[in-house]
Amino acid sequence: MVAASEVAAEALKSGWFLENAWIIPIIPAVAFALIIFFGKRMPMKGSEFGVLSMLASLVLAAGAGYQWIQRVNAAGEEQYIDPVIRSWTWWDSGGFSFTIGQHIDGLSLTVLVVVAFISSLVQIYSLEYLRGDRRYTHFFAALTLFSAGMMNMVIADNMIQLILGWEIMGLCSFMLIGHWWEDGANSRAALKAFFTTRTGDIGLLVGTSILFFSANSWTQEHLGVSGFSIRGLSAWALSGNPSSTAITMGAVALFVACIGKSGQFPLHTWLPDAMAGPTPVSSLLHSSTMVVAGVFLVARIYPVFFEGMNVYGTSMNMITLIGGITIVIAAALAFVQNDIKKVLAYSTVSQLGYMMMGLGAGAWLPAVFHIFTHAFFKACLFLGAGSVSHSGSHHSFDMKKDMGGLRKYMPITFATWVISTLALCGVFPLSGFFSKDEIIDNVGYAGYNAFMIVGLVGAFMTAAYMTRATYLTFFGTPRGAAAGEHHDDGHDAHGHDDDHDEHGHDEHDSHDAHASHGPHESNALITVPLIILATLAIGAGLLNAVPFGERWENMKKWVEPRGVVVGDADHAAAGHSKYVVPVAALQAEGHYDSPCGKETPEAGVCYAPQLKHAPFKWSKAALSMAIVFAGIILSWLVSVQLYTKKAGALVGLTKRNKLLAGGYAFLVNKYYLDALYEKVIVHGIAHPIARGAYWINQNIIDGIVNAFGIVTRKVAGWVYRNVDQRVVDGAVNGSGAVARGTGGALRPVQSGKVNQYGALLFAAAAVAGLVLIIINT
Amino acid sequence: MLINQFLLLGAVLFCIGVYGVIARRNAVMVLMSIELILNSVNINLLAFALRNGSVDGHIFALYIIAVAAAEVGVGLALVLLVYRNRRSIAVDELSEMKG
Repeated sequence: MVAASEVAAEALKSGWFLENAWIIPIIPAVAFALIIFFGKRMPMKGSEFGVLSMLASLVLAAGAGYQWIQRVNAAGEEQYIDPVIRSWTWWDSGGFSFTIGQHIDGLSLTVLVVVAFISSLVQIYSLEYLRGDRRYTHFFAALTLFSAGMMNMVIADNMIQLILGWEIMGLCSFMLIGHWWEDGANSRAALKAFFTTRTGDIGLLVGTSILFFSANSWTQEHLGVSGFSIRGLSAWALSGNPSSTAITMGAVALFVACIGKSGQFPLHTWLPDAMAGPTPVSSLLHSSTMVVAGVFLVARIYPVFFEGMNVYGTSMNMITLIGGITIVIAAALAFVQNDIKKVLAYSTVSQLGYMMMGLGAGAWLPAVFHIFTHAFFKACLFLGAGSVSHSGSHHSFDMKKDMGGLRKYMPITFATWVISTLALCGVFPLSGFFSKDEIIDNVGYAGYNAFMIVGLVGAFMTAAYMTRATYLTFFGTPRGAAAGEHHDDGHDAHGHDDDHDEHGHDEHDSHDAHASHGPHESNALITVPLIILATLAIGAGLLNAVPFGERWENMKKWVEPRGVVVGDADHAAAGHSKYVVPVAALQAEGHYDSPCGKETPEAGVCYAPQLKHAPFKWSKAALSMAIVFAGIILSWLVSVQLYTKKAGALVGLTKRNKLLAGGYAFLVNKYYLDALYEKVIVHGIAHPIARGAYWINQNIIDGIVNAFGIVTRKVAGWVYRNVDQRVVDGAVNGSGAVARGTGGALRPVQSGKVNQYGALLFAAAAVAGLVLIIINT
Repeated sequence: MLINQFLLLGAVLFCIGVYGVIARRNAVMVLMSIELILNSVNINLLAFALRNGSVDGHIFALYIIAVAAAEVGVGLALVLLVYRNRRSIAVDELSEMKG
């Protein structure tokens, strides 16, 4: 063993909440069953199970988070903080045992707390938003199971468990997006979301298999865990053992899954359509759960991507490229949307692009921190949009037709919206600044200069399109429903609005009365979650406020796995690795320079690469602030001219100028990607198969059948003349009489009722079974 | 290994399935009940395969799963056509085969 390992590290602190974090996803899963079986009989139609289970999960997650912080604080400065891993055998197959368990570290706890928190607020909000809905109980059931799936994925200690959670989420997103499935558009959107993410999921299965078969023997030998284990895969990726082909293929395949799930280019097309679901669903799916899953997967087994994509060795790799493209194209699409939720949807896609780009450039911590802060302000924006449509614009989401001037009527919604918008734009000192600016900064610091520029362009566009949406919704003159007009068929632009009226209020006529007295503020069940989220949108950034000095970088201390060489390989093989021993002693002077991620550790293993952090400079922050404010001001001026003053030079410009018209059409048609997927790819593959099958059917199968028919007719003719007429007829005529007798007797049996036939079948089978038993004994 | 629990589970599933086939009016429910029956058979096959330590039962079960998938496809297609023609999928109304 290595000499340095004699430096005994004391056991890390742990606690009940950390050791039993696996209970967190179990609670909502149980609540799901309770809602399904007993929900309809409960006084609150099952929603109480959902809300309570979410709050319970939140308490447990917060407790675990608190104990994790204590664990980190009690540990040494350069000590590796061992994640709290527990695993049980899930099933045995072919001498291989698949496990299920928990892998609790800073990353999983961060996401866990966010998911539990946002889910709780969204469920409370839904109590009011979906009041009186036809499938109220099922909605809460699906919402709860969805959160359970996400939490299961987050705590997963191996890839198989992660896939389980991933797929539960896929299924529940299908149910939730298609909640109002009576409308064809909604069920199409649900199908699209499901199939698009499934396309990516192929990558998940392929990637997991590739990594398993490459890593399993190494992890079994060195760590005593399977090649599915997240801990094992992380250590394996940094061990210098994997062949570069295998790990690159594995990383690419897994990244394809992340592209699908996290709505990255070119599979982002499902995400805006998924807005067909009820607003709380959009809020939950697109702030903290579903779409973050892909980013989380990359962050979870980061060493695989770190090595597979050669993060610190290039100035462009697949992750940064996809992330960068996504930032810009999604932000561009947000400019041409009239539906407020679609603006937010493209904004989400664009922000996910930031996270991916950060991960691709080694800015692990800023990306994870962006998951954290983005969850709050994006949930707040979505819930705010819901509040606007619920109480302000008579269930319409169309900014141009039915909104405008709402700031007077909905002060709370307006205030929270503006705070979250500024946070999203990354205005100092709101939370978005501390995460997004850090991503841009670190991307440049890691040598990805082109992508730093992309990030800044994205920040400009974000500020501009959010200002446009804010202006259209809350400023200017009220239009349509916001002006108090009551119209029944006015807002057909958004398929489900009318549906919502129908389902949402058929049992609550009094509730719908507000349409007659114009826009007003929503009630407390909606505004309180908004206020809580807006508060967090202001303050969450202080958890890792890099500009204020190292003392404020708490997230870095608590969440980022330390790239320290750990000598627990032999202990773990023996089956008890309660604590780990750093191989190299803490160097007395200067910074400890870890080899993790740079070169193969000579002894022991690394669980995380040593990451670089860009030093903070006010000049760079001032530059990005200037860009953001330029975006806000420019967009504000254009919006005032275009939407309120109707300046002749601007209105209709996209129709008059050929070049702009082309660009506008290109954007409105979403780069023609939908057309490409549906018309070219789906038809291109499905139609030849269908045509080929038809040809085979017509020519080959029919030919055989026809030939058979002709032969049969000839034979039959001969048989008829010789056998039938002479020999059989005589017998038949005799038996005919008998048959008619029995037929008459058996006729009641032929009732035509399928169930009865089934019963007869089973009765006969039972009799046959009895006979068999009797014969055999 | 105790095989009783598996067989018991199989039997219970089988009975639920048979009840569903006989008592349910909704054709989709009938199809689902048939699935239950098939799966109870699978459980039995697997239980015996485990006891005998052979892999035949596993393979047979896989075949059953594949065939069951095809069966459901055909079944649902039938239900769909019935629905198109009659705007109803109640099996007790389908008595054209009455002799």
